Amino acid sequence: MSYRICSLLLLLLATPLGLVAAEAPADPLNSVMWHEMHQRLLDGAPVVFDERVQVSAPAVAEDSLNLPLWIDATALGEVERLLVFAELNPIPKVLDMQPLKAAPRIGLRIKVQQATPVRAAALTPDGVWHLGGVLVDAAGGGCTAPSIGSGSSDWADRLGEVTARLWSREHHSRLRASIVHPMDTGLVAGIPAFYLEQLEIRESGGDLISRLSLFEPIAENPVLTLDLPKLKQLTMDGRDNNGNPVAAQISLESQTGGGGQ
Amino acid sequence: MRSLVFIAVMLLAGLCQAVERDYKLKPQQIADNTYVLIGHDEHFSFANGGNIVNTGFIVTEAGVVVIDSGPSRLYGEQLIAAIAQVTDKPVVKLFITHMHPDHFLGNQAFEGLPIAALEKTQDGIRLMGETFNDNLYRLVGSWMKGTRVVAPNQQVEPGLQEIGGHRLQLIAMQGHTGADLAILDQTSGVLFAGDLVFYGRTPTTPHANLDNWQSALEQLRKLDFKVMVPGHGAPVTSEVAISQTSSYLSWLQHYLKKQADSGAAMAELLQPDAPQNLRELAVFKDEYTRSLSHLYPALEAKALADGKVEQQQ
Repeated sequence: MSYRICSLLLLLLATPLGLVAAEAPADPLNSVMWHEMHQRLLDGAPVVFDERVQVSAPAVAEDSLNLPLWIDATALGEVERLLVFAELNPIPKVLDMQPLKAAPRIGLRIKVQQATPVRAAALTPDGVWHLGGVLVDAAGGGCTAPSIGSGSSDWADRLGEVTARLWSREHHSRLRASIVHPMDTGLVAGIPAFYLEQLEIRESGGDLISRLSLFEPIAENPVLTLDLPKLKQLTMDGRDNNGNPVAAQISLESQTGGGGQ
Repeated sequence: MRSLVFIAVMLLAGLCQAVERDYKLKPQQIADNTYVLIGHDEHFSFANGGNIVNTGFIVTEAGVVVIDSGPSRLYGEQLIAAIAQVTDKPVVKLFITHMHPDHFLGNQAFEGLPIAALEKTQDGIRLMGETFNDNLYRLVGSWMKGTRVVAPNQQVEPGLQEIGGHRLQLIAMQGHTGADLAILDQTSGVLFAGDLVFYGRTPTTPHANLDNWQSALEQLRKLDFKVMVPGHGAPVTSEVAISQTSSYLSWLQHYLKKQADSGAAMAELLQPDAPQNLRELAVFKDEYTRSLSHLYPALEAKALADGKVEQQQ
């Protein structure tokens, strides 16, 4: 008993000295799963909650199958990895991006199973994860609904088909790419997990610009938005978890015939 | 001690009140024999019990014709009670303007009567009704108690129909949903526009086709009405509500198309650049954000397809 009191006293004394605070900063979203996520996805590495990591999402998911996100960690400067996760999803991890030459920001849409914190963690070269996030309310069910594509007949013929476009902006090139894929989570009885896993963006010469690992919660027929160094042509290559390839060449010139600038 | 008892009594009274939910429906007369019940300019919430909608009724020689039944069984029942405050005549017919839940989930209170809607509205309610019902339970809670879907049992044939001395022009349109019924009472000059027209409140777009909607608004403009009852917002005596709905939809479409064509990601557009008069519409931010989800995917797909891609498979 007296031992317990002693340790309690020690704890109280230690707090102002920062000995306890060194464990982990308090979560501004006050999520029950944060500690678990910190251990599981970030290996308990040092973290700071940092407003320079912006997660933009509607406060309420109008469509639980398609919650739009815009993640922006460019204010941090150099970012080695950008991790996106939805804490209360049955499969929390959404995306693991190595920005490399691309800006550490990305637009995408995800499925949510219920109201959840949605977070982005950006790893800076000093080994610290910087965290931003928002709470999103949702009617839910997005992860345990079958993809719409798997209910129609032509998705298999178009699997992996890419529709993309490059915009030349003042300081960068904006890439938007839409890829035909059911992105099934494996949580629906009788429909195994079937999702895009890897995408690499390269200059046509072959130099790697950015690498993305994608996970089940990304919405069906992913639409990705990336900001790359200024370039006129690139390739996007990848595969899904069954080994089906994705391969596309995208260039500024090829759009001139398409009009609609 | 006495104050404790007082508090306990007040708490108990509060509880009882909470169980006896009351929409406090007040029919307002807008023309001879014609009344409307105006909902809140808000989103569905527990506080408003889902009463964000306008319903109306016409007292004819042959009985009462009701337009839309509200968001819940309870609303439907209280609507019938409110009608009984105005007239002894029985309800003889209910028209449902379109498939959205705030307009038809009160149907249960009218079960057994002719409930008429356009064919696609009937189909839509059969297909989506239960999903809507579940969603409203989530949003407004116990106000929905005992509510289940009762699909319309009669198909509206567009054209003139006379009921008890009122010549009703039934007009089939689309745009807000795949089937939108407008009713012009030629006898009184009242036009029930359904959700093709919003006034003072931001229009909603979950099943909208904006081009069709604009055409429908042009058609409504040509009708000879004295009073127009929008689906949401105050009744008006001019085209002002049509113009407001049209200018919001036009801004929405042009803004989103321009953003899609310049490569914006969806969630970059959560703080839109909108004119002040549109920002001032009730629930602008919420409804704009919902519309972004409804409308942007098709616009961005078109913008992407306009940039060609060479495939190497």
